Amino acid sequence: MYSTSDLRKGLKIEIDGEPYIIIEFEFSKPGKGQALYRCKMRNMITGNQFVKTYRSSDKFVKPALEERKMQYLYNQDDEYHFMDSENFEQIFVVRDQLGDNVNFMVDNMEVDVLFFQDRPIDVSLPNFVNLLVTQADPWVKGDTSGSDTKPITVETGYVLQVPPFVDQGDKIQIDTRTGAYVTRVKE
Amino acid sequence: MLDLQGLRTRAAFFQAIRHFFVELGFLEVDTPIRQPALIPEAHIHPLFADSWFLQASPELCMKRLLACGCEHIFQVARCFRKDERGRLHLEEMTLLEWYRKDADYRDLMEDCERLVGALAMRMAEAGVAGVDEKGSLLVAGRTIDLSPPWTRLSVTEAFSRWSPMSLPQALAEDMFDEILVEHVEPHLGWDQPLFLMDYPVELASLARTKPGEPQVAERVELYLAGVEIANGFSELCDPVEQRIRFAREIELIVTSGRTAPAMPERFLEDLGRLDQAAGIALGLDRLLMLFLGADSVARVQSFSPDDF
Repeated sequence: MYSTSDLRKGLKIEIDGEPYIIIEFEFSKPGKGQALYRCKMRNMITGNQFVKTYRSSDKFVKPALEERKMQYLYNQDDEYHFMDSENFEQIFVVRDQLGDNVNFMVDNMEVDVLFFQDRPIDVSLPNFVNLLVTQADPWVKGDTSGSDTKPITVETGYVLQVPPFVDQGDKIQIDTRTGAYVTRVKE
Repeated sequence: MLDLQGLRTRAAFFQAIRHFFVELGFLEVDTPIRQPALIPEAHIHPLFADSWFLQASPELCMKRLLACGCEHIFQVARCFRKDERGRLHLEEMTLLEWYRKDADYRDLMEDCERLVGALAMRMAEAGVAGVDEKGSLLVAGRTIDLSPPWTRLSVTEAFSRWSPMSLPQALAEDMFDEILVEHVEPHLGWDQPLFLMDYPVELASLARTKPGEPQVAERVELYLAGVEIANGFSELCDPVEQRIRFAREIELIVTSGRTAPAMPERFLEDLGRLDQAAGIALGLDRLLMLFLGADSVARVQSFSPDDF
């Protein structure tokens, strides 16, 4: 159990059987009054947010969360399959739970999967991934149109803006947190 | 943690406080930080040092000094309150307390108006971020005029303006603190500083009640930019009534599962020698935070807990 003195931004607590993360935290104590702990929390499964003020007598359940290193294997329609890198156990996560992550996942990628009570609830990718450019218009030297970026498609089907010199068959690095182009990489 | 310029400003701030009170004829006192007795207060958790208490405020000793003949006294005191940590709280903080014999909370409010105004002018000379050249406070894009008189608002009136429920209802449903913090405090002290005054007597264990109004205590809180800065009373000087109020606080402490503190007998004994007095505690870390335009009290310390 956690007590109010454990509360802080980033702490994960269980409320009504669901895991929440505290995203904003403020301690207040009006003069001569009691300590109040205002928490803004996000449900780690649904993403729903709410605000609640607790008192120092309140107690909180520590959620059964576990992060495991896994390898992304393949997807079959909406099911994305992963394998535990240590015990080779396989699981799958549905597409909705992955959100924008699907834009950056390629076979055999190492990811962190967060489990709540043995159910996978979140997948964290590396901050930077290298992806193959599968479709790009060629760069015409002496192009005077003045545009300094062009759209390309990478192997996952994700479309993004890159500098004009990037060609089909190149590998580029993408920041998975923003989805933006970082650099062209040589392999 | 403050840089060299910040340390100089903090030093100038303390010197200006001492100058202000010495000019008014106050005696500076320094009472022990570590004591074997404390004022029983339901929601203040003491820190201990080798089984004695670290003071939560210098109130107990300063009121005993008044009872023993002092007339106007002030102190800049390090105080300790367990488990208080946030943007506006540190477990170790600096309080300014001053007491006037034969005075009431109205006199304290006038002291505040003059003191904070004088300090702001001194800070303006030092060129701080939170005060303009005219000595007005600058917070979150707002300019707070410090020229007196400041707004005086009763707790009842504040609740009728901003609370979703009336003051009696908030007290009956044990929601006073939550409503004060969520709905009332954010409005206080933005055009000019504001005194929130006349508290329900059960929320002012050390304050005298208003003449003819036994349910209302002469307690006042000063607010600047939504931040509580000072808390003062027309002091309760009746040892019999004070004992009853302390017993109630001790009961609340026991109910919350903590160890009952002893009744401060020597304090009650001395209180019988006091006729009328008023005293107030002002949070110097918070005031300096506003003057420096800082976002937390930790930022205006020479060392904060994060600096170790």
